[in-house]
Amino acid sequence: MARIVVITSGKGGVGKTTTSAAIATGLALRGHKTAVIDFDVGLRNLDLIMGCERRVVYDFVNVINGDANLKQALIRDKRADNLYILPASQTRDKDALTQDGVERVLNELSEDFEYIICDSPAGIERGALMAAYFADEAIVVTNPEVSSVRDSDRILGILASKTRQVEQGGEPIQGRLLLTRYAAERAARGEMLSIEDVGEILAIDLLGVIPESQAVLNASNAGQPVVLDEESDAGQAYQDAVDRFLGEERPLRFVDVPKKGFFGRLFGG
Amino acid sequence: MGIFDYFRQPRQKSASVAKERLQIIVARERAARGGPDYLPAMQQELLQVIRKYVKVNDDAVQMNVDREGDCEVLELNITLPDDRG
Repeated sequence: MARIVVITSGKGGVGKTTTSAAIATGLALRGHKTAVIDFDVGLRNLDLIMGCERRVVYDFVNVINGDANLKQALIRDKRADNLYILPASQTRDKDALTQDGVERVLNELSEDFEYIICDSPAGIERGALMAAYFADEAIVVTNPEVSSVRDSDRILGILASKTRQVEQGGEPIQGRLLLTRYAAERAARGEMLSIEDVGEILAIDLLGVIPESQAVLNASNAGQPVVLDEESDAGQAYQDAVDRFLGEERPLRFVDVPKKGFFGRLFGG
Repeated sequence: MGIFDYFRQPRQKSASVAKERLQIIVARERAARGGPDYLPAMQQELLQVIRKYVKVNDDAVQMNVDREGDCEVLELNITLPDDRG
């Protein structure tokens, strides 16, 4: 049985797809057979971030409708042996993701994958609800910014009530916070919500903090998940997050402001 | 903090403003969350009915759903104005 993990946020543009690509790649590189599914029907983008956009033949909706089987639709990643991508369809039909269809695909994937990462679309429409419904756990991607934090809280409300696990009388699924685009210096100056502020408001466990970084845009430009950029701060922060996800203890990095010297303090920065 | 910052007006940092605003709105939205989906519509209709008889503000009707054991309790608060119209 695979563990199904939804990467969600409510708000768009906070880093769900970047995170899905990074976590899935990180898990695969550690030897876990992983599938990552793009649930953003109509606005497919995971393929671009993973750098396999020209290898898409069949998609998620094709598999649901029986136009193709899973083997035909899954794209094998060229960098990590254990990693497969199921791209979203570009159809404009909002109802293409049926609950039965999604369940069938997830069940079939469960038979030979260890992890299934569901890259949720923004919003709280069908795609987002379907990405969350079958999940065993959630990673909530949040920027230290008011609208993102509010939307994450709303998504936590949905995770607490609208999943298969809850509807079958089980416990609500666990959601962990991944704070992205964090700028430690701005937080230290009181210009940005701090890790503690966001943690206090959302009241969930912290999976990791990804610093605001040039490396993220460089990675998406190149179609290489940022976790592969081992020199970069964001790449290393994602590596730490993957390790924590797997139960290892890792101290937070890139969250402290470097101490200034005497002149730096005198003249500000 | 640089030497020139000492002469600036002390003012509240934007992050603490953000945190306060978030705490308030998130608490309010969480309180509304557990309730049934028809609650906002019911609140509007109640407001219209009350307005047939009394002039009240938009926020005159407050509804809360609480859970006490196995029971759900719907609490309804209607604030009437001092000078009844």
